[in-house]
Amino acid sequence: MTSAISIEGLEVVFDRFRALKGVSLEVKSGESFGLVGESGSGKSTLLKAIAGLVPAASGTITVNGKTLGARRDKAFYREVQMVFQDPYGSLHPRQTVDRLLQEPLAIHGFADGELRIQRALDEVGLGNGFRFRYAHQLSGGQRQRVAIARALILEPSILLLDEPTSALDASVQAEVLNLLEEVRRRRKLTFLMVSHDLAIITHMCERLMVMQSGEAVETLNASQLIAHRVSADYTHNLLRASEGFVRG
Amino acid sequence: MSSATGTLLEVDDLRVDFPTRTGLIQAVRGVSFSLGRERLGIVGESGSGKSQTGRAIMGVTPPQALVTAKKLAFDDADLLAMPARQRRALRGNRIAMILQDPKYSLDPVMSIGRQIVETLRTHEKVSKAEARERALAMLEAVQIRDPARVFDLHPHEVSGGMGQRAMIAMMLIAGPELMIADEPTSALDVTVQLDVLNILDRLVGERGMGLIFISHDLRLVSSFCDRVIVMYAGKVVEQIKASELRDAQHPYTRGLLNCMPRIGYERHPLPVLDRKPEWAA
Repeated sequence: MTSAISIEGLEVVFDRFRALKGVSLEVKSGESFGLVGESGSGKSTLLKAIAGLVPAASGTITVNGKTLGARRDKAFYREVQMVFQDPYGSLHPRQTVDRLLQEPLAIHGFADGELRIQRALDEVGLGNGFRFRYAHQLSGGQRQRVAIARALILEPSILLLDEPTSALDASVQAEVLNLLEEVRRRRKLTFLMVSHDLAIITHMCERLMVMQSGEAVETLNASQLIAHRVSADYTHNLLRASEGFVRG
Repeated sequence: MSSATGTLLEVDDLRVDFPTRTGLIQAVRGVSFSLGRERLGIVGESGSGKSQTGRAIMGVTPPQALVTAKKLAFDDADLLAMPARQRRALRGNRIAMILQDPKYSLDPVMSIGRQIVETLRTHEKVSKAEARERALAMLEAVQIRDPARVFDLHPHEVSGGMGQRAMIAMMLIAGPELMIADEPTSALDVTVQLDVLNILDRLVGERGMGLIFISHDLRLVSSFCDRVIVMYAGKVVEQIKASELRDAQHPYTRGLLNCMPRIGYERHPLPVLDRKPEWAA
């Protein structure tokens, strides 16, 4: 099986702060891989480094067999797209959904934009009625669907998901998670998903990496986590915390 | 429970309306409950009116809103009829509120210690030195390791968990009888969440306060509270003992419990809520 994403000794430094301290990671093609950790653990920074949104200080990132340089070319963004945490912040407030979805198509010179927009909206369960609305006319869940449509419209093979449901209500979260699973199955996508919620990661991913203060703590299968077969103390703590409050 | 210790808060047919250009928005539509010295959870999704219920009790509803109720009484005093001055004296003193995110709810240009001292000296005649002593003791009670150092820090210099502890300290220093906690741990990491809940649990228990715990997380609330009110579209759809949540009757409550992924339960796809218009009727 080939690797979709392969990372070797990745370091990210902000001024003197080392946000990532030599992280290595291997995501197979077609796999769904989770990153868990607290805020400040570097899990989002890792995603951003892959997307080229923060510069890597050292280490290599290889995506679909190509080692990436400091700049990402257009072909890279046809393969890799990202969905952000906050659907309120990631959609342009003065652009209609139609305009938002046209932008990536225009950048990459697609001719059949009309058809693709219709198809993308159908795929995320929104339909044509939403096409000429603005972001503020949509609910949080609908916005996140638009963000997913925008990521899918270029038909990437890899989706980077940065806490895609943490700003949503539980019932809406279930709908968006179901949608993500469905598009992944249909398009055979590779997911790299960040979340602080172990339950979501075990639900969505086959393998996961636990991170703490810029370092990988351990890499596990979801089934190992479910069976509590974890070795690091930190993972035990996370597991205990995710079981909720116990009066002690 | 409430009959033994006396009713602290009585809410009957509480309504909060917002007049807007496009008509009246009814955020809270006839909520009734009573509270003794116990832990009551209010759960619902965004827009269900849970926060507006808490704010109306606290008296911090935005000025354009209309708050009405057949009865809204704290310790037998009518909150809606009393003069603003008297209500202000209650706020922060006998009724306190913890908000979601310490980043936004603490004063950014005032040291943490000064904010706590300010609360105390607003409500009690104490000397500066004594106020400082009590603030330090309170910071220690919320398990801040080095209270003297944290006392002089500004909110941006502390972590979210530390900020939320400071907020709890500030709210508890005047010794309130009723505490309203609006999503007190939603902005925190899961492991920090438990520490903060433990502190809150211990202090509420020790001091015999009434607690209203507002949250969107049904499972968290049911593990923390004695009783849970479930709200949907501004109304109470179900009131249930936390221990009996498994036997919840209303399809909305059951749907909320069901739709969250759980470790060790493989369900693909997750069950989703099928909202019925009659729930909001």
